[in-house]
Amino acid sequence: MTAVEEVPLSPAGNPIGFGSMKRVEDARFVRGQGNYVDDVNLPGMLHSAILRSPHAHARIVSIDKSAAEALPGVVLVITGEMLAGVPRPSLLGDNFAWMPTLSYDTQAVLATDKVRFQGQEVAFVIAESKYIARDALELIDVEYDVLDAVMDAKKAMDPDAPVIRDDKGQTDNSITDVHGNQSWESGNAEATAAAIAAAEADPNCVVVTEQILYPRVHPAPMETCGSVAELNPVTGQLTLYTTSQAPHAHRTVYAMVAGLPEQKIRVISPDIGGGFGNKVGVYPGYVLSIVGSLLTGKPVKWMEDRSENLMSTSFARDYHMKATIAATKEGKILAVDVDVLADHGAFNGVAQPTNYPAGFFHIFSGSYDYPNAHCKVTPVYTNKAPGGVAYACSFRITEAAYVIERVVDCLAAELQMDPAELRLKNLIASDKFPYMSPTGWEYDSGEYEKTMRLAMEIAGYDELRREQAEKRAKGEYMGIGISFFTEGVGAGPRKTMDILGLGMADGIELRVHPTGKAVLRLSVQSQGQAHETTFAQIVSHELGIPPEDIDVVHGDTDQTPFGLGTYGSRSTPVSGAAASVVARKVRERAKIVAAAALECSPDDLEWELGRWYVKGDKERGKTIQEIALLSHSALELPEGIEGHLDATAVYNPPNLTYPYGCYICVVDVDVLTGQVKVRRFIAVDDCGVRINPMIVEGQVHGGLADGIGMALMELIAFDEDGNCLGGSFMDYLLPTAMECPDYELGETVTPSPHHPIGAKGVGESATVGSPAAVVNAVIDAISPFGVRHADMPLTPANVWRAVQGRPMRTDMAVE
Amino acid sequence: MQITLTVNGTEYTRDVEPRMLLVHFIRDELLLRGTHWGCDTSNCGTCTLWVDGEPVKSCTMLAVMADGRAIRTVEGLANGAELDPIQQGFIECHGLQCGFCTPGMMMTGRWLLDNNPNPSEGEIRECISGQICRCTGYKNIVSAIQWAAEHPATSEVTS
Repeated sequence: MTAVEEVPLSPAGNPIGFGSMKRVEDARFVRGQGNYVDDVNLPGMLHSAILRSPHAHARIVSIDKSAAEALPGVVLVITGEMLAGVPRPSLLGDNFAWMPTLSYDTQAVLATDKVRFQGQEVAFVIAESKYIARDALELIDVEYDVLDAVMDAKKAMDPDAPVIRDDKGQTDNSITDVHGNQSWESGNAEATAAAIAAAEADPNCVVVTEQILYPRVHPAPMETCGSVAELNPVTGQLTLYTTSQAPHAHRTVYAMVAGLPEQKIRVISPDIGGGFGNKVGVYPGYVLSIVGSLLTGKPVKWMEDRSENLMSTSFARDYHMKATIAATKEGKILAVDVDVLADHGAFNGVAQPTNYPAGFFHIFSGSYDYPNAHCKVTPVYTNKAPGGVAYACSFRITEAAYVIERVVDCLAAELQMDPAELRLKNLIASDKFPYMSPTGWEYDSGEYEKTMRLAMEIAGYDELRREQAEKRAKGEYMGIGISFFTEGVGAGPRKTMDILGLGMADGIELRVHPTGKAVLRLSVQSQGQAHETTFAQIVSHELGIPPEDIDVVHGDTDQTPFGLGTYGSRSTPVSGAAASVVARKVRERAKIVAAAALECSPDDLEWELGRWYVKGDKERGKTIQEIALLSHSALELPEGIEGHLDATAVYNPPNLTYPYGCYICVVDVDVLTGQVKVRRFIAVDDCGVRINPMIVEGQVHGGLADGIGMALMELIAFDEDGNCLGGSFMDYLLPTAMECPDYELGETVTPSPHHPIGAKGVGESATVGSPAAVVNAVIDAISPFGVRHADMPLTPANVWRAVQGRPMRTDMAVE
Repeated sequence: MQITLTVNGTEYTRDVEPRMLLVHFIRDELLLRGTHWGCDTSNCGTCTLWVDGEPVKSCTMLAVMADGRAIRTVEGLANGAELDPIQQGFIECHGLQCGFCTPGMMMTGRWLLDNNPNPSEGEIRECISGQICRCTGYKNIVSAIQWAAEHPATSEVTS
């Protein structure tokens, strides 16, 4: 199953270091003893519910909450007007009605003037039970003056478009970032335009342009968002249990929002029932639970329902992309230009690094070696839910991978060339690494052709093409779709990457107890990735301590050092590196102790897994456990060495890591019904060194299901009045076991040269890479009907329409 | 309304509001937190438990409808310290990641194996198709149920 070298086994049968081992976390989860936020119950705790706007855009005329307040069991009803009257000695404004987003915009906690999307927070009811809180919502009478809504991003900048953010004094729906820019470009505009113009004029070249929409989707983790806030009125201590992928970043934001001293805030993110980016943002509900506790003096729980989750929390994508690709008729790519209209919703709530307001979309030039690339991303406000951080997007690389892989297939269709052959002609050669991309990213390592050939071998690519030809002759339509993706993950070097001014480096702390057992304290937070298992394995790999002797502590800001959390596949590349670095520090401390005990110079010692020994005399040595005890003993240590082995570290990555992979999807399409069956899915990932191959494969499986869902089923759509049409699991369709095939995985291992253990991260690889493979397969299947592109999701209706020559554009904004 | 029901072999009598959902009763009144709640529309299946030996999405049932019935939840799967094979299967095959859908998946899986000790892959997939997992892509859940089929319990479990 794996290419990991053999490592010794611990007494418990676990690998001392890397290799597949069962998860530490499972013992509690299979017994139903996980501790999720909704499982937190504090003495005297009150419950809450949020009244949400039924309109996408409306002025609030009045709110009558008297009937709700009169309902027995209701403790308090909070409105935006009340929040505006709660003073806060804060860095970011003087009251609680508005809060900052992670993109230097503002977002209403409770609407005071207008509602700006359907589902926006209007009032907050605190009651003795959640049933009473819900009852009270029905009794709040809000009078709205309904306004025209901007639901079509393409019409957002029309001169007569209603202005959404008049609160900021805007006169149109443009978005201005913290640098003063209203669009974000990268690459070389002139050279790319010139190359495309030259290709257009050259009979030996082709130019292909396609409008490609990545529609609005939602991460929809099984656990919705929620929090329990307990603000002690005597000590001023705030304890917040919350669904957070980034507890430390959230603590800092709360310090800024609430004006509370940061040392008085403890954020506890217990077990998290899936995140996928949905739990990166700070939502009004979290803030309201804090304000609720402040005003009532009691703990307040807020837990959203599924419709609230789908309608108001961070969506993903909503990128309208126009891609142009120029190539020679032999299939050598010359240039790619992408123009993006980005629908950011009513508040700019994305969580991208400050210098990268379009995230890492600029990596769209992909896995191919060509000189000219340029993109321009223009964001606009619309009357939709804010966000755009989410769904395992790897900072918008999902959109980037999709657009390049889709347009390369369009080029292959134009050239009547096999899409595998076209890709192989253009993949970045192994000897070009480190490779500087035309938009300025330094890809760290890769052997792309090897990975692609392995995927084709597992798939039996040539045989599949033969089968396809035979079936077509019989009027049966199967499709084969390829996607080759490169991600840049592990944000990031603090010199260029920060969120709200917080550099994206992560701290870590390792304590080794006298008996040789250890505790590792992480800044990142698992949402199912099994950090308690894999991070112990990293320390085990470095120190030779069995993984079962290492406990991992995370998700509690009082118990762990500062860091920016888990998203963008950054845990392994950043915090995993920190774990390796801190363990190596412990190893060096252990060396000094061992030298003192062995009465030799540290320079005379050599390390083997789990012990220091004297060079040339392997019998004379001390195990790490013996050294741990010695470090606490009366042993005389060299001057300046205090004893103990404990160490801390902060890891500031020198570069991103660049995982990549080649995916091949095989579908069967019933052209009479439009039904797509994913028959096979082959995924070959190269994420560098694999710490726990079993867990890596699990991460890939989940991402492949995501990709199948987005390509075929998932869509957050709206009608013209701004009604959300994807507000429940009846309407927002997620893949079940019936839609997912038995995945076939492969791997190549090209270590990252700058990561201490050569790992690259894998959390989002499959979500990034798989949608294009599925769509390319479906389009390949129905290409005999003259279809070159159709937008996701390729539902039966959309496939059928495409076959009829009327490809559906799933978003009304695209004509 | 007063109801009396058996949960994992223990009898409980409680006063409940007639409108209280069974999932909330199990979680908030009996404090059995292994049964989770994940959607408003009975699509996700994370609240699946057994009522009189049949898997039920406990958000589709009122607590009062369970009066006089026998409930089994994830907390009733293990026999003391000994895990049920379905639990062991999920551990062995990496059948869970965040763990949120897992109790419901295991309850359905256990029921399937009690009624069809050697299910095909297709039968397993169909049986769990009313439940959603966002982490695993289902492959390892299928494997976990297959593992449990291949390792039947040595001792009788109560239901």
